[in-house]
Amino acid sequence: MDLAKHWRLRHARYRLEGQRNRFTGEVRFPPAPPLPGEREDIWEPYILKGRGRVYSFSVVRQPPEGFEDQPPYLVALVRLDEGPMVTAQLTDCDLDQVAIDMPVEMVTRRLRDLGPTGLIVYGYKFRPIVS
Amino acid sequence: MMKPERPVGITGYGVYIPRFRIAAREIARIWDGTSGTPVDSKSVPGPDEDTITMSIEAARNALARAHITPDRLSAVWVGSESHPYSVKPSGTLVAEALGATPWVSTADWEFACKAGSEALTAAMGMVGSGMAEYVLAIGADTAQGRPGDALEYTAAAGAAALIVGPAMDAVAVIEGTTSYVTDTPDFFRRADTAYPVHGHRFTGEPAYFGTVRSAAEKLLRDLGAKPSDFTYAVFHQPNTRFPQTVARQLGFTPQQIAPGLLSPKIGNAYSAAALLGLCAILDVAQPGDTIFVTTYGSGAGSDAYALRVTDALPERRERAPLTAAYLARETFVDYAVYVKWRGKLVME
Repeated sequence: MDLAKHWRLRHARYRLEGQRNRFTGEVRFPPAPPLPGEREDIWEPYILKGRGRVYSFSVVRQPPEGFEDQPPYLVALVRLDEGPMVTAQLTDCDLDQVAIDMPVEMVTRRLRDLGPTGLIVYGYKFRPIVS
Repeated sequence: MMKPERPVGITGYGVYIPRFRIAAREIARIWDGTSGTPVDSKSVPGPDEDTITMSIEAARNALARAHITPDRLSAVWVGSESHPYSVKPSGTLVAEALGATPWVSTADWEFACKAGSEALTAAMGMVGSGMAEYVLAIGADTAQGRPGDALEYTAAAGAAALIVGPAMDAVAVIEGTTSYVTDTPDFFRRADTAYPVHGHRFTGEPAYFGTVRSAAEKLLRDLGAKPSDFTYAVFHQPNTRFPQTVARQLGFTPQQIAPGLLSPKIGNAYSAAALLGLCAILDVAQPGDTIFVTTYGSGAGSDAYALRVTDALPERRERAPLTAAYLARETFVDYAVYVKWRGKLVME
């Protein structure tokens, strides 16, 4: 069931928590451990604001295992305002509504349901901005 | 009337309503096209939404308005009758998503349609005693109705989040509350069944009307107030007619309840219903306005609250989407899509 994997990823998935360089201010996502020889305290946890724009997108009609009940659905590359690019599903967005450069915001939704004896996996998706 | 020693109020509020709707006439087309419908339409959660996801968004809006960092929340409480897990709290996941963990108390509350206001009353106690500076109380539900049942027209989805904090930091001060509870079998669902059962004999009287009136009349009496002293009022709204009727019985006018009456468009959002109405009122209220709130939960009980809006509200409400923004993005689905998304198709 990959319980440990889902648990380990919870901060990044639930609240888009990446890292910020204490010295340069650079923001990165997803978070990563320090490189060999790199000081441990260079990167601090940083919750991204969750705003960005669609860099590119695709409609998934032939889903991978575990997503059989979802197609057609949108997957996008989203360029976040702080700089990082993330891959995520778009939600609350019609197939003919999406466009490159469309402003989007992060929401926390159900990513997968691992069945009646399994976990419900939650994480970030993006949607057109509600103002 | 219950009132904490230290004055408390709502320092931030936020709502979430899914974008999808189903028209009541679409449900009537399948089951019974002859009689009237209790609402015009109801909200439908999307396939990737549940009580946890809706709670997270409503709470993020509340935090934005309260303008506090999430680690200042001493408790994150989620009231619902549709928690996604039977065992595994919604509150822990909501708190983690907000960034309120790990030094926080979390719990899931249950009391049919007033689980959220139970959390609100408890939050008043936590903050009012000085144990906590800020407590987040959420009412959220993705309610289920048996296909063809009268409830299917109204059982809806939504979330409302209220942050309770010191009165000096509030957008609306809570002046007092009453709780009225009896053991009444008007509506119930056993643990392992999907759909609830009505005790028809009890639904209107004595359950909804009698319970709401009891809580509301005592609060009015204890405050030495009359309905006309309030700018706005909001009641639990299982349909369109019940809140209109109980408002009239108590002496409130249609104008007082209009801004908080959302059920004609979104149906009965259960634990969120009356609290969403309160939030919609906070979206339009002005400093000095007074708000009378009465929730209702089957089983049965009501919590009544009197609030007074402060000067802080107008600036703070602009920090997150208004209820009207969520109401405006309505996308209608047909009965077939509704049935698929709500898990009513037997797949294996």
